[in-house]
Amino acid sequence: MNISTEISDRKMKQRLLKDKIFTNVMIFLAFLSGVPLFLILYQLAIKGYRQLNIGFFFEEAPDTMEAMVAVANNEIIPGGIANGIVGTLIIVGLASLIAIPLGIICGTYLAENAGGKFAGLVRFIVDMLQGVPSIVLGVIGYIWIVKPVTNGFSALAGSVALSIMMLPSIVRSTEETLKMIPGTLKEAALSLGVPYHKVILKVILPTGISGILTGVILGISRIAGETAPLMLTALGSTVVNTNITEPSSAVPLLVWEFYNDPNLVNMIWSASLFLLLLILGLNLSAKAIAKKWKVQY
Amino acid sequence: MPTEQKYKENVVIKNPIENIESPVLKIDDLSVSYGGDKYAIQNVSAGIAKNKITAIMGPSGCGKSTLLRAINRMHELYPNTHNKGGVYLGNENIYELNPIQLRRKIGMVFQRPNPFPTMSIYDNVIAGFNLNGIRLKRSEKDEIVEKSLREVALWDEVKDALHNRGTFLSGGQQQRLCIARALAYTPDIILLDEPTSALDPIATSKIEDLLVKLKKDFTIVLVTHNMSQAARISDYSMFMYLGELVEYGKTKQMFTTPKDKRTEEYLTGKFG
Ligand SMILES: Nc1ncnc2c1ncn2[C@@H]1O[C@H](COP(=O)(O)OP(=O)(O)OP(=O)(O)O)[C@@H](O)[C@H]1O
Ligand SMILES: [Mg+2]
Repeated sequence: MNISTEISDRKMKQRLLKDKIFTNVMIFLAFLSGVPLFLILYQLAIKGYRQLNIGFFFEEAPDTMEAMVAVANNEIIPGGIANGIVGTLIIVGLASLIAIPLGIICGTYLAENAGGKFAGLVRFIVDMLQGVPSIVLGVIGYIWIVKPVTNGFSALAGSVALSIMMLPSIVRSTEETLKMIPGTLKEAALSLGVPYHKVILKVILPTGISGILTGVILGISRIAGETAPLMLTALGSTVVNTNITEPSSAVPLLVWEFYNDPNLVNMIWSASLFLLLLILGLNLSAKAIAKKWKVQY
Repeated sequence: MPTEQKYKENVVIKNPIENIESPVLKIDDLSVSYGGDKYAIQNVSAGIAKNKITAIMGPSGCGKSTLLRAINRMHELYPNTHNKGGVYLGNENIYELNPIQLRRKIGMVFQRPNPFPTMSIYDNVIAGFNLNGIRLKRSEKDEIVEKSLREVALWDEVKDALHNRGTFLSGGQQQRLCIARALAYTPDIILLDEPTSALDPIATSKIEDLLVKLKKDFTIVLVTHNMSQAARISDYSMFMYLGELVEYGKTKQMFTTPKDKRTEEYLTGKFG
């Protein structure tokens, strides 16, 4: 065995070792970044599990006197967050109803007219929208809807504020998804004599469905936990309310209210746990859809 | 180099419409531009023979695809195109027809197989009907699907998997599926733009056999880079160079006694 191979052998071992250390450090750091999530979940579960019963989902939030009595007797606080759940469903649902069609149309326009001047302007505005602080969107909802339309705080105003908030994610995911679809697909449809609008509706959008849906769900999960815009729009309500022109509660609003009432403080944990699980669930389903519905071309 | 000028005198065939017996399609002094006053093809005149295979050959960038796409107006997908001259299907100038109706009479197959990825094999074949909202009875659909897939010799390979996605097929099978999709609509003419250039030799020869069989029912215009392919399967050949139709005639004759020097040089591999 000559000297040069011996040296390179040693060097090789050193390199492999370095490689190993590096990999392990990376795994460790990756693990570290996951730790906060598990700590939060653990914390919420430990403190909140006692409140999680059937009533939690089907009863309205307790008033402060009931809660005080229960806490004094070392019982669990009666009532639940039904008004928040119903409110969140209505507000987020309505926001989606506004933002999803608008966002998909807008994203499709941007993908189809990638180089156009007007498209550039729209893209710029959407990017700016992404950066608008959520409280400012609350102000917008207040100015546009609370004052002129519903003459008072309302679920509708909250929906409008949140719909603006979820728009950019839908527009951009639609645009990015459609831009990836090979142009030959459109040619195939056009060469069969299919009119342009049908090509978009029946070929292009269905082909991009998984990417578009992923963007939609991420948009929903982004707004489901928002509090600030709702404070200036939906305001909150102690009872279940299904009238969209009336003030409405929402789960994140309830968390804020619980925090502000010393007697209800124990409800924070369960309500937060519910919200967190809802959003985690949405994100996981977005991932699952992206994988399962992926169209292979 | 004044090659252009040198060869100009040699051009024999200038207006070959008369040379083709009973043309279904007449290209009349057609020039196509993608914008500005630069023309990708210039003053092309040619008749396309019914129930024959016509091959378009020439070096890259000479305008083969442009000419082919001008026949069913697919070149209009690019925003700034304009053209001079006309293309006549029967007695109608296709540029006065509705492009949507035109494309139902003149189908197209592309270089890369492009089945619709969201659709099953079955739905791909009848996509022309479904996407255009033409309602058919189940039995009619079944019949069209089977007939079209048999015509492209794909039926036996896929008859048990008709409801699987078309994108799971091999490249050659996908291309035959795309041909079946074009046929299902029973167009008069089928245009194919280098349909085998993305395929292996076995898949290629299957498609060549298929085209030869299909010409009894359809008129076929085929762009090809592959001279031996043109020699093997086409009845008529066009040679294009720098946007100009240099020579057009019976394939046999063109390959044995080309009339233009440039054709000869191309066929003998001096450029291209
Ligand atoms: N979309 C377009 N916009 C502008 N110019 C174009 C466009 N498509 C083609 N051209 C130009 O038109 C000319 C003819 O192109 P064409 O695609 O018809 O050539 P081709 O013979 O099919 O080449 P290839 O064998 O490489 O496919 C070329 O000079 C090309 O640069
Ligand atoms: Mg080409």
